[in-house]
Amino acid sequence: MREIAALKITETICSLCQEANYNLSEDVLEALSHALKMEESDLGRGIIREILKNAAIAKKEKLPICQDTGMVIAFLEIGQDVRIVNGDLSEAVNEGVSRAYKYLRKSVVSDPLIRKNTNDNTPAIIHANIVPGDKIKIGILPKGGGGENASSLKMFLPTAGKEEIIKYVVDCVKVGGPKSCPPIIVGVGIGGSFDYAPYLARKSLTRKVARHNSSHDIAKLEKEMLIEINKTGIGPMGLGGRITALAVHIETYPCHIANLPVAVNFECHAHRYKEIII
Amino acid sequence: MIKNIKTPVDAKTIKSLKAGDRVLISGTLYVARDAAHKKGIPFKVKGQVIFYAGPTPGKPIGSIGPTTSSRMDPFTIPLLEKGLSGMIGKGARGEEIKKAIKKHKAVYFVATGGAAALLGKTVKRSEVVAYPELGPEAVLKIEVSNFPAVVAYDSFGGDLFEEGVRKYRAK
Repeated sequence: MREIAALKITETICSLCQEANYNLSEDVLEALSHALKMEESDLGRGIIREILKNAAIAKKEKLPICQDTGMVIAFLEIGQDVRIVNGDLSEAVNEGVSRAYKYLRKSVVSDPLIRKNTNDNTPAIIHANIVPGDKIKIGILPKGGGGENASSLKMFLPTAGKEEIIKYVVDCVKVGGPKSCPPIIVGVGIGGSFDYAPYLARKSLTRKVARHNSSHDIAKLEKEMLIEINKTGIGPMGLGGRITALAVHIETYPCHIANLPVAVNFECHAHRYKEIII
Repeated sequence: MIKNIKTPVDAKTIKSLKAGDRVLISGTLYVARDAAHKKGIPFKVKGQVIFYAGPTPGKPIGSIGPTTSSRMDPFTIPLLEKGLSGMIGKGARGEEIKKAIKKHKAVYFVATGGAAALLGKTVKRSEVVAYPELGPEAVLKIEVSNFPAVVAYDSFGGDLFEEGVRKYRAK
């Protein structure tokens, strides 16, 4: 049994949260640079240039890329041969968030109806899975509010076809895309269950931007959806253009014979996912 | 061409702005978002510009960029009736807001969402003027210099979202 101190998890979460909020990852920068080449709208190109310039300022001056530094979604893959010592796992994660967010925006309220700010951006949403091995993979995604409001779930009939799913995703983009700071990354979860499809959509965002699903058929569907989404003309910030989405990521899972859940989770261009294995 | 405009915005300036114009805004902006709108806008809005945002901590401010404007739609018409000149945010708004902007001769600007470090650099001064207990949702009075934005809805009914998307939508 390998022992990992709770404090190590706190420190890792803290540094990942800071790193995510100050440094836009290479894959996102690459996707944006590609978008700049492809965009035909002058205004759209101007917006993408502003986004790239913003990332450079944020990195250089250690300023948050976006003022919406998000609610922290933590993905933990815990090796079954790991024992966490000297503390409680959830508390360790939240302590890391609390430390990191001292200089970031506190965007979490303690109660969805009373709406009093918790003042340290806790709690995080924690997805923990037990996996083989003696390591812990920690991924954090600070998730802004705009894309969340535009996200959606639909329980399709199991007989629905690919075309219906594409239409649904494109319709979601038409309604919610302009409010989600396009160019966006569209996470799609297909299959699983009522609760699992949104998790799949979310999890798909942890993949490097514009890297396709390893299944040939799903990769093809990602490409088809991206083409359809970029036909909408929504463009950067919804003001018109060719690049509405930088990428579509799809994750799938087996499901019940009666069900076909499809979830769509929008991610803004300020896509801030960071991970590390300890 | 980029137009330089000063706040508070006068009637002549509003008249000169058309959907699609790029502007650099200098002067006072009031920062207010959901919670402050629900509690009640606590300053005289006549001639003023509200920036829908909630910054990160910093001196004079941290990063600050626009939040989704349509969430403020249910509170906006009474403010336009009282003479609010402009709003800065992101995303399209309801038809009724677009009509009210035309009726009351105001303007809606869009700034680049997520470009908050860059926009924060344009803020020269910042003070909390109301609701400090709301933390990141407190109402601020800020002074900006050359804050970049685009006119999305003008006072003539022009709508850049509609025009822009129509131009690039695949036939």
